[in-house]
Amino acid sequence: MEQIGQMLLAANTQWVLIGTLLLGLASGILGSFALLRKQSLIGDAVAHAALPGICIGFMLTGERSLIILLIGATVTGLLAAYCIQYIASASILKEDTAICLILSTFFGVGIVLLTKVQQMPSGNKSGLDSFIFGQAAGMVSSDVKLMAGAAALLLIVTIIFFKEFKLITFDAEFAKGLGLPVSALNFLFMTLLVAVVVIGIQAVGVILMAALLITPAISARYWTNSLSKMVMISGLFGAISGVIGTLISSLDRGIPTGPFIVVTATIIFILSILFAPARGIITLKIKRRMTNHQLLREQGQVK
Amino acid sequence: MSYEIWIMIVASLVGITCGVIGCFLILRKLAMLADAISHTVLLGIVLAFLISQSMNGLYMLIGAAVVGLFTAMLIQFLNHKGIQEDASIGVVFTFFFAIGVILITVFADSVHLDVDHALMGEIAFVPFDMVEIAFLPPLPKAFIMLMSILILNIILMMLFYKELKITSFDPALAAAIGMPVMFIHYLLMGMVSVSTVASFDSVGAILVVAMLIAPGASAYLLTNKLSHMLCLSAFFGVLAAISGYYVATWIDSSISGSMAMMSGVLFALVFIFSPTKGLLGKKINQKRFRTRTNAT
Repeated sequence: MEQIGQMLLAANTQWVLIGTLLLGLASGILGSFALLRKQSLIGDAVAHAALPGICIGFMLTGERSLIILLIGATVTGLLAAYCIQYIASASILKEDTAICLILSTFFGVGIVLLTKVQQMPSGNKSGLDSFIFGQAAGMVSSDVKLMAGAAALLLIVTIIFFKEFKLITFDAEFAKGLGLPVSALNFLFMTLLVAVVVIGIQAVGVILMAALLITPAISARYWTNSLSKMVMISGLFGAISGVIGTLISSLDRGIPTGPFIVVTATIIFILSILFAPARGIITLKIKRRMTNHQLLREQGQVK
Repeated sequence: MSYEIWIMIVASLVGITCGVIGCFLILRKLAMLADAISHTVLLGIVLAFLISQSMNGLYMLIGAAVVGLFTAMLIQFLNHKGIQEDASIGVVFTFFFAIGVILITVFADSVHLDVDHALMGEIAFVPFDMVEIAFLPPLPKAFIMLMSILILNIILMMLFYKELKITSFDPALAAAIGMPVMFIHYLLMGMVSVSTVASFDSVGAILVVAMLIAPGASAYLLTNKLSHMLCLSAFFGVLAAISGYYVATWIDSSISGSMAMMSGVLFALVFIFSPTKGLLGKKINQKRFRTRTNAT
């Protein structure tokens, strides 16, 4: 306990916690939209596709400047998202095949580039492989501030365009009829999704980043039918997962953050699927039993 | 045989095994399930190791097959409970993979697996791990494992070819004429998990996903006949393996990464140049059609 207390007092840990909290919040909120638009696995592909971008960013500059790496990741992430949509629309292949194809080949390119980076003289200490599983505790404070700032910015943009995103998610035709620039909004949403994935990979890692988009959102879906509530609950779940995962991983050096964030999020999901008030499996069972009892009692009274 | 040849043979076997199975996954719109299973297999391998305390390939195959099938069942279960498919896949595989990574870090002292190995494989070491069986010359362990899985897959596929074909193209018809649709589904999932784990140890998770999907997707753009698609897919798998190896030695980098990259490059070429379904093919056909209509 004392150890945790001391850790919480450390300024860097506080920043890391604020960073993962904001990240969880932003990804929970954007993930809700992605889930309803059935685009959540695109997030998975984008996260994997960020790896080549990170490596290219490093190769071009020769130093580990986070902002350059993130720009590289955004470029390849957007390219991957575009390729998926193009393959799915221009050929007989379905979207899931396209996602899987782009994910694995981009990640393959990423691994090729990563081995090249590690051969570079400055590459050995680049620590780029921490991007694969995430290492929030090892982030330096300027990186964390960048992550927190970017997450906050994404949150603000999403809140500003909340009504528009709601409309294009549920009824794109109607949105078009109202004269909204639907394709521009789609592009904006995709950019936000790519951005949240990209800022998250340093803390959560490319492989597990998708969970932060999907799991809080699908858990939140169990608690409500209203989009605004779902977005808030999902953001809350994401933030809780981010904070708890970071706390566990900062107990000792070398514990990866991503897996613990994912496990926390999944425990919340399991609790939701079992106990959510209207739809939880156990809640439904209890309700059914109570109705049965009541029916039996009423029948007894009739007799 | 020489070092290089063995690497290419093993990688080609991965290409054939995964390429053929992958066709069915693509046709059944289960591509993401391949991605999911190839991630959760890590948990199976770790659990098998922790329970048996040995690196025996057979235990790992069993562990991986069990966890792979469990993944498929859990996804099906969540789907049945009303969760949309992509979300149930995403939740299940990230959770299992996370637990696998956590177990590896917790038992880091006793587990001789590291996560990089799981992702990228150690194909360069394949020729050093030779075993002798009966009268055969010494063969790499990975070769024997992949060869037996490939033979098993081919036998199962020949036995159930008709069932696999009909359940892939028209599950409703298959159910109506009394085919065991669910049995075939789980048989295929079992084949995917076993092939994945057999390939996994030598080439890593990335290449498994690439080899499951990219050759099949390329083949799908070239033909409409299932038997042709299976053969073409196996061919693309081998081509990606061999060209990937040469690219890797040429630029001196990760072998399995280059093979995954080449499978993508091959797909891109087919996507552009396929005579019937490619971008250029479509353009040419349109132009021909236009000149013909103009002429008449």
